[in-house]
Amino acid sequence: MLLVLEQTLNGLQLGVMLFLMAAGLTLISGIMNFINLAHGSLYMLGAYLCATVAQSTGSFLLGIAVALPGTAVVAMLLEAAALGRLYDRDHLDQVLATFGLILFFNELVKIVWGAQPIFLDAPAWLQGTVELVPGAPYPAYRLAILVVGLLVALGLYLLIAKTRVGMLIRAGASNREMVGALGVDIRRLYTLVFGLGAMLAALAGLMAGPIYAVQVGMGENILILAFVVILVGLVDTLGRAFLPTLLKIAFDPATAGAVGASVASMAIYIFMAAILAWRPTGLFGGHA
Amino acid sequence: MTDPTLQVEGLSKRFGAVIASEAIDLTVHAGEIHAVIGPNGAGKTTLIGQLAGEVPPDAGRILLEGREITGLPAQRRAHLGLARSYQITSLFPRFTALENAALAVQAGERGARGLWRPAWQDMALVRPAWEALERVHLSHRADAPARTLAHGEQRQLEIAMALATRPRLLLLDEPTAGMGHEESSQMIELLERLRGELAMLLIEHDMDAVFRLADRITVLVYGRVVASGTPAEVRGDPEVRRAYLGEDENVVL
Amino acid sequence: MLRRTVPLAILLALLVALPTVAETAGRGWWTGVATNILIFALAAGSLNLILGFGGLVSFGHAAFFGTGAYVVGILGFHADRGTPVVTWPVELPGTYQALIAWPLAMLAAGLLALLIGLVCLRTRGLYFIMITLAFAQMIYFFFVGLEAYGGDDGLSLWQRSELPGLDLGDDVQFYYLVLALAVAAFALKQRVVDSRFGVALRGARDNDRRMRALGFDTQRTRLAAFTLAGAVAGLAGALIANQTEFVSPSFLAWQRSGELLIMVILGGIGSILGPALGAAAFLLLEEVLAAWTEHWMIVLGPLLLLVVLFAKRGLWGLLERPLGTRAEVPRD
Repeated sequence: MLLVLEQTLNGLQLGVMLFLMAAGLTLISGIMNFINLAHGSLYMLGAYLCATVAQSTGSFLLGIAVALPGTAVVAMLLEAAALGRLYDRDHLDQVLATFGLILFFNELVKIVWGAQPIFLDAPAWLQGTVELVPGAPYPAYRLAILVVGLLVALGLYLLIAKTRVGMLIRAGASNREMVGALGVDIRRLYTLVFGLGAMLAALAGLMAGPIYAVQVGMGENILILAFVVILVGLVDTLGRAFLPTLLKIAFDPATAGAVGASVASMAIYIFMAAILAWRPTGLFGGHA
Repeated sequence: MTDPTLQVEGLSKRFGAVIASEAIDLTVHAGEIHAVIGPNGAGKTTLIGQLAGEVPPDAGRILLEGREITGLPAQRRAHLGLARSYQITSLFPRFTALENAALAVQAGERGARGLWRPAWQDMALVRPAWEALERVHLSHRADAPARTLAHGEQRQLEIAMALATRPRLLLLDEPTAGMGHEESSQMIELLERLRGELAMLLIEHDMDAVFRLADRITVLVYGRVVASGTPAEVRGDPEVRRAYLGEDENVVL
Repeated sequence: MLRRTVPLAILLALLVALPTVAETAGRGWWTGVATNILIFALAAGSLNLILGFGGLVSFGHAAFFGTGAYVVGILGFHADRGTPVVTWPVELPGTYQALIAWPLAMLAAGLLALLIGLVCLRTRGLYFIMITLAFAQMIYFFFVGLEAYGGDDGLSLWQRSELPGLDLGDDVQFYYLVLALAVAAFALKQRVVDSRFGVALRGARDNDRRMRALGFDTQRTRLAAFTLAGAVAGLAGALIANQTEFVSPSFLAWQRSGELLIMVILGGIGSILGPALGAAAFLLLEEVLAAWTEHWMIVLGPLLLLVVLFAKRGLWGLLERPLGTRAEVPRD
């Protein structure tokens, strides 16, 4: 019983990271109709920036304070300089261009930080365990991830659904020309959205750091999974994503224990393939 | 007594609360040019969509030369002798006019699915394609990529492609759409030349074209057939006048 | 027609002369590099059939490439140990016979492509790209999980495939075989693209709706192309297994699929030989830059970005006007 609780929580925590990635991607892919393969690189960048700052200053929080805006700035510069020109191009162009960016970032990281993984420790005040249920200690850090995830989800929801900026984002998603005609600088809006998406990725990356090690290419697997999750329709245009969590619970820890890690890795793709075979436009009718 | 080329019985279609087609009955005889007219929103395009196999009807039957095609997909209907041209030109922009027509010819030939012989050196494809172009007076532009053709020429190519499959029934969705006076005249002449060779169902707004070409006319208003008959009969029909003109008798139909 | 045959003939002559030239220049390793390029040209060329001519952006092509390699690898593995590959329903021994292993590689890859295609081709655009990627990942993880065949570390071959009359262990002979196969494949590709099937494929790429209205079964056409492309990629995989005498799941990594796409784009989408140029450019760039700095990737990334932004028609676009035979007005 306790093991199940622990597995479930582990799954949820993985789900949170997946959600953060997927939400960021949705903002960009869904709303701006742009496939950004480099999103995984932003995840990686967030982790590396945080690790560097945390190591030299000893403060995880300071690491976050640098990593989030730092990654956002890099992303926005990229968007303004190069990626912004690709919005009207076909998806193949976007895939290739952002793939080129992955190669670039991976190499850049190797040059600056070396090819070996670096370490990011969880902040000292989160290194203990918490007893959620008497007799069942659970790592405080992982719990913190869950809490952060929920807060971000809430925050995103409020932003998109309740604020003016959020409304502009949604409007820009359905009708770009119209919003532009209304006098809103759509380019600036998109750059902003890109930055926001980047921050979500960076957050996921730095939170993953203490658990998974900070290394080159760390964002790639989760990137693909995030795309899968969006594609199947489990994260919609407003970034609502309850189900990837469930997905992760069902497939990662439990099945990993039962049938071996490799099958578990496959399982999620089989699941997705099955859904897409059944409904080619995704579970909830998706978008192109 | 041979079956009419096209027989439509009780065709109905609604999109939510909007009735696009309401129990439409229609007959087109072999060699006849049958025009379908009606004010905007009358459901003409939906009708063509149902006849072509792109929109499934809610009720009713469609028979092509006596054979029921109601449930068949567009692909199958093409093989049974149905061809259509589109209101908004739908060509293969990178292929030349001749190649566009050759593709249409290729579509009509079942069986031979060659993986080896170059398609466009095959006279069995190129010759009928050339002939189709000649019939629409477009042969001088055979080598031009379709995207470089003028609008009117593209519409001619549309017709050529439809003809290349040697259909029994040709569905024409506003063939003169977007054309100036001269181009329209040419299109009308073209269709005139085809008279008698095949049956045509023609959706048109251009009354000049309609009254010159049509052997019979069906008038649709809000998805319902309001009148059907020879041009003279339709002209005189009071309900038609009301639908088109309201109470204003000054406009000449 | 002559405009194209002369340069092509010259190119072919150069390729035939290469090993001799390399030996004389004291750079025998050029033959190996050229073999590598030809193999990837084959793989990229197969991708281009569905990408450039079919309009299908497949981000999972490495899966077919890797599967072909693994077929050869697994058959060789069992041949080395004298154990059968499977004992049920029939006992299948391992083998190094190219005449068995290579067609089998193509068959396996083609079959895989058929199955994947049946699912993926029901989707469009962005969905299609991602679902092909996901399937490729799935197959990658499948091979990673095959502990018996080395899992993540991969599998070494003790020898190259055997072909009666040739010693494929000799790099020069292997090179000529690969060259022959590549030339044959490209010639075949040209014929396929010009054939009725190819015309139907291109038509479906440009205007699917019209094709269906005319009576074509576009889904079947695309599936056939996808399967064919997969099978040829499988052959390329079999060849690479021989070339490197090693197979590993990394052959199926999604980055490999990305690299294949890069080769196609660099060379010029929608031309028959473009991918070959692209493969050559990519691999040569890798060789040249890698000798210069181990961080050559940092150049490739932005380079790709620039190519996409500004030079869409690729290298081939700079050389030649695209496409094979055109319909000619009948003269009589």
